[in-house]
Amino acid sequence: MKKNMPALALGIFLVLLWQFIAMGIDAAYILPSPLQILVKLWQLKEILLLVHLPATMGVTFLGLLISVVLGVFLSVIMDSNKNIENALYPIIIASQTIPTTAIAPLFVLWFGYSIWSKVLVTILITFFPIAITVYDGLKSTKREMEELLITYGANKKDIFIKLKFPTALPYFFSAIKMAIPMSIIGAAIAEWLGAQSGLGYFSKRMMTQLDGAGVFAPVVLLSFVAMISVAIINMIEKKLITWRKEI
Amino acid sequence: MLEFQNVSFQYAQDKQEMMKDFNFSVDKGDFISIIGKSGCGKSTIFRLINGLESPQKGQILIDGKPIQQIKQYSAFMPQKDLLFPWNTIEKNICLPMELQKVPKKEQQKKCYEVLKEIGLLEYAHKYPKELSGGMKQRISFARTLLAGAEMLLLDEPFSALDYLTRVDMQEWLLQQWLHFHKTILFITHDVEEAIFLSKFVFIIKDSPFCCMEKIEVPLQYPRKREDLKRTEIVELKEQLIKKLRQ
Ligand SMILES: Nc1ncnc2c1ncn2[C@@H]1O[C@H](COP(=O)(O)OP(=O)(O)O)[C@@H](O)[C@H]1O
Ligand SMILES: [Mg+2]
Repeated sequence: MKKNMPALALGIFLVLLWQFIAMGIDAAYILPSPLQILVKLWQLKEILLLVHLPATMGVTFLGLLISVVLGVFLSVIMDSNKNIENALYPIIIASQTIPTTAIAPLFVLWFGYSIWSKVLVTILITFFPIAITVYDGLKSTKREMEELLITYGANKKDIFIKLKFPTALPYFFSAIKMAIPMSIIGAAIAEWLGAQSGLGYFSKRMMTQLDGAGVFAPVVLLSFVAMISVAIINMIEKKLITWRKEI
Repeated sequence: MLEFQNVSFQYAQDKQEMMKDFNFSVDKGDFISIIGKSGCGKSTIFRLINGLESPQKGQILIDGKPIQQIKQYSAFMPQKDLLFPWNTIEKNICLPMELQKVPKKEQQKKCYEVLKEIGLLEYAHKYPKELSGGMKQRISFARTLLAGAEMLLLDEPFSALDYLTRVDMQEWLLQQWLHFHKTILFITHDVEEAIFLSKFVFIIKDSPFCCMEKIEVPLQYPRKREDLKRTEIVELKEQLIKKLRQ
């Protein structure tokens, strides 16, 4: 806790600074103050929490789930087969340079305003970091340990369960923690581009009405949700992984 | 027990053969050491025995049978303890038995027996990070012991320990050997360690090598540290160091 004090102090200072500058400018459609945003959040709480938050979370959760399943699956088969690795790895790396947000409108064209256009954007943003990070985790397995298991008569499956899985688990958690905010951003961006509900959509609508605080309120809500989710994952990780420092 | 017959071996990326028509044998129940310069191929002999590498020529026999036809004839203990940090001491020790599908009850029984024998019973449910370096090597040895093999291959197991711990561990290992009646092959670069522990010392001198010089240590078991001060032993030590430096 003590360690976090400076960060907390700086955070409070920055918010205060923002408040004063916003009050100085005094034009909420350009820069709303934190206080104005909170008030807006309170005014809109029902529609934000009951309609738009669930919509965005649905996209985020679905996208993240598919990314994790697909990413872990690909990293495992790349790790187990050299040919697959040689075929997939360069493509995965190269695909990270695709400007997802730029091609996202295309998905709206394909899938319309259905949930799948948004889920696809989320997947494209989060899938690669998950696959690469988990793959790195599997590859970080110590060769000496693998050989020791072989001398005990272990087969590939034994090696995966006894060694690769626990070695890669901390990497898996890092990947999830990285992917949560990314998937939320992905969902929000996708909603900006074309949707009928969701916090991104709501933010965009407020934009057209020049309601600065209304643009920010959903964003603040999203950040809050992202922070809580990462904190929960952190707690699970601490419980599960006690050995991280020794590897 | 163990016999190398005209074994030739070369790593794919090396220019030169490491061993050529190499012959070597160890009798059942013996404690032997292998010494030689770093990089001369000591660990490779173990890799050949436990099947991590295969010879290009010749064969390796255990009790007259080629190693390809038998299982669980040797158990390897590396220099680093290589205990799995995510497992308790008990689970670490049971790992080889688990892989060999030994029944759970029996695993546990054997594990506690050996933990008692090495005086670390109260650590069964602790994790490796809670143990000192010497304790971890004892646990690693226990795990090797319970892999169920007649022959133990110990590759510089104490070289990462501080001097006093190492001396303790050497005496401890001799006790364990006398108690469990295993055949032990021990790699070290410490001449004194080789003399103190083993019945025979094998020296690798050439590169590539076709044989090792075999020297018998003129000491009875059980041994004491003071034995190392005897003139013939001091002379033997000097002689071995000289051979290694040629
Ligand atoms: N796993 C391996 N794969 C390829 N080459 C190896 C391997 N282990 C050792 N070598 C080669 O063998 C040499 C060392 O052999 P090694 O048996 O480890 O020697 P020692 O144990 O006597 O120090 C190195 O120079 C290296 O080129
Ligand atoms: Mg070596």
